[in-house]
Amino acid sequence: MENDVILQVRNLKKYFKTPRGNLHAVDDINFSINRGETLGVVGESGCGKSTLGRTVIHLHERTSGEIYFNGKDISDVTKQQLKVLREDMQMIFQDPFSSLNPRMSVSQLIAEPLLIYKKCGSKGELATRVAQLMDTVGLASRLASFYPHELDGGRRQRIGVARALALNPQFIVCDEPVSALDVSIQAQIINLMQDLQEEMGLTYMFITHDMSVVRHVSNNILVMYLGSMVEFADSEEMFHQRLHPYTKALLAAVPIPVIGAKKERKLIKGEITSPINPGNECRFAKRCPYAKERCHQEIPQLVEAVPGHFVACHYVQEINQL
Amino acid sequence: MEENILEIKDLTIHYVTDEETVEAVNGITLTLQKGESLGLVGETGAGKTTTALGIMRLIPDPPGRYISGEIIYKGEDLLKKSENEMRKIRGHEISMIFQDPMTALNPVLTVGEQIAEVIQLHHKISAADALIRATEMMELVGIEGSRHTEYPHQFSGGMKQRIVIAIALACDPSLLIADEPTTALDVTIQEQVLDLIENLKKKFGTSMILITHDLGVVAEVCDKVAIIYGGEIVEYGTLEHIYNNTKHPYTIGLFGSIPNFNEKTRRLKPIYGLMPNPADLPDGCTFAERCPDAMECCRSGKIPNIEIEPGHFVRCRKYQSQGGETDGE
Ligand SMILES: Nc1ncnc2c1ncn2[C@@H]1O[C@H](COP(=O)(O)OP(=O)(O)OP(=O)(O)O)[C@@H](O)[C@H]1O
Ligand SMILES: Nc1ncnc2c1ncn2[C@@H]1O[C@H](COP(=O)(O)OP(=O)(O)OP(=O)(O)O)[C@@H](O)[C@H]1O
Ligand SMILES: [Mg+2]
Ligand SMILES: [Mg+2]
Repeated sequence: MENDVILQVRNLKKYFKTPRGNLHAVDDINFSINRGETLGVVGESGCGKSTLGRTVIHLHERTSGEIYFNGKDISDVTKQQLKVLREDMQMIFQDPFSSLNPRMSVSQLIAEPLLIYKKCGSKGELATRVAQLMDTVGLASRLASFYPHELDGGRRQRIGVARALALNPQFIVCDEPVSALDVSIQAQIINLMQDLQEEMGLTYMFITHDMSVVRHVSNNILVMYLGSMVEFADSEEMFHQRLHPYTKALLAAVPIPVIGAKKERKLIKGEITSPINPGNECRFAKRCPYAKERCHQEIPQLVEAVPGHFVACHYVQEINQL
Repeated sequence: MEENILEIKDLTIHYVTDEETVEAVNGITLTLQKGESLGLVGETGAGKTTTALGIMRLIPDPPGRYISGEIIYKGEDLLKKSENEMRKIRGHEISMIFQDPMTALNPVLTVGEQIAEVIQLHHKISAADALIRATEMMELVGIEGSRHTEYPHQFSGGMKQRIVIAIALACDPSLLIADEPTTALDVTIQEQVLDLIENLKKKFGTSMILITHDLGVVAEVCDKVAIIYGGEIVEYGTLEHIYNNTKHPYTIGLFGSIPNFNEKTRRLKPIYGLMPNPADLPDGCTFAERCPDAMECCRSGKIPNIEIEPGHFVRCRKYQSQGGETDGE
């Protein structure tokens, strides 16, 4: 069966100009996502996850590279094209507190995208659609006139989900949608998002720094380190064997809620490479326990180390005895 | 018999304003032995920080009020101490790492000065000696001592957090209270901080209360666990009791909410509903509304705290016919 690719990204770069030089927030990223699936994007604070998500849906202008959506090149779009595209590509933000206008009620917040895109002919139609969306995301109708500050974080995030769904998008970038929530509420929202995906055939790019969450939600996982892609594989394959030294350290550091699960700590120490004008070396070399001469002299390319499993490391064969 | 360094009995703290009374902490009882680490686990608003500040006698008054209880530290009740006596205990005997460490540092003082200041507050040593001691503390938390002349903004988040820890440990406290010390950190940095805390525990025999909502972190560093919900400890016991013989429906719910790292689960089992408003707690069990096992009798009266096996306490009517009761009814 041929895969139905909805989004493809090639050599995508996003550099920010800073007084000290170019900050390589996203540096040469390649991936594709199949329709109805979830790509998990993981990595630590500042590695470029949000920038990647925003660049893909044109919330940031890319520096270079190509983006294809439903087979069409959308790397460069006019304002008018972007407006049309926006109906299909939406975003859910981490902080449901700051991403919602505090002076708008729940129903106004959910109606907003429908009004901007003139999706409803009459007031009655609008009210029906808002009520329907509230029901979809599990917001009781009595909350329609509430304001964001009167609601808990979980309900605020449900508003964010409803707004993203309002225009019937095909693809949603979910930027840490549950990171600010308590675990019991987090589980409610994850289940909601998975149900919606199944019902509506949605495609997600799910950004998170929580390794347990990413395993749970993703079909494929992309691991980032300082703007570059270090590993990409099917989720089960990635948890079966991580091949990049950074991914190994990252997953080994996750505390697991089981007694005696703690392994020997593989602390990664050392200096963090600056993302500003990084040199011709592996970004992880300064912290990597396996680093050799070559790692400091040449940027490793992403290669298919085992079928379907891509790694950017000069010594991937050696380290993993492949 | 091991020596108890801390014994909290029936501690109740409310925030009283004209509009409402927030019942933040409601009759908490726990004990901590020398060298032991207790994980205090609960979700937002459960009363964790209030408990910690309560032990330190740092509850803002108004609106905070101690309603009842005793906090016996090394045999003496902290609630009977004068502010002057407490000042000597804080930072010397008992140290706290505050929930928001980034704001705990003074941006206009060098980190060396800040650590030295704490040392001088509690030891009669010269400024020069205090600074030497401060650089030693920095080395201990894995930061080059020569960087003592730098300001907080010159360090990364994880390094700032380690400096806050260095300050908290500068006076070799007997008891360390750490309020979510790693929540804002990346996992690889969190690992370094946990490693550090554990080493100190081994080296100095420091007792610790670790406040967190992360059951993974608790499994790594704690001996005992208290699960707190609506200002009450609903389940209390050793790590073994809580993780391998989980009893309270809320604790079971918490474990069910976490995606499994070791194998792919098809669907999470979240706890239904929301935490009750602590300014308007329901009668009976505060968890009943969300509890899959709730019975009619759960919605009124005081819920007994049942010792289901030696040292393992559950505040739940489900287990009423088993084990000895310690209070209630
Ligand atoms: N608008 C901007 N201007 C300049 N630099 C930026 C901008 N946005 C992000 N950056 C920088 O780009 C890098 C990547 O940031 P980004 O927010 O994408 O990281 P992230 O992986 O989402 O981190 P976090 O987990 O903390 O959200 C960082 O070094 C950040 O400081
Ligand atoms: N100074 C205060 N005045 C009034 N209410 C307060 C005050 N401080 C805390 N509270 C309330 O007391 C309850 C318990 O708060 P506490 O900070 O102890 O919770 P916590 O378990 O530490 O939560 P978190 O995980 O969010 O830090 C909450 O409902 C909170 O809103
Ligand atoms: Mg981000
Ligand atoms: Mg707190």
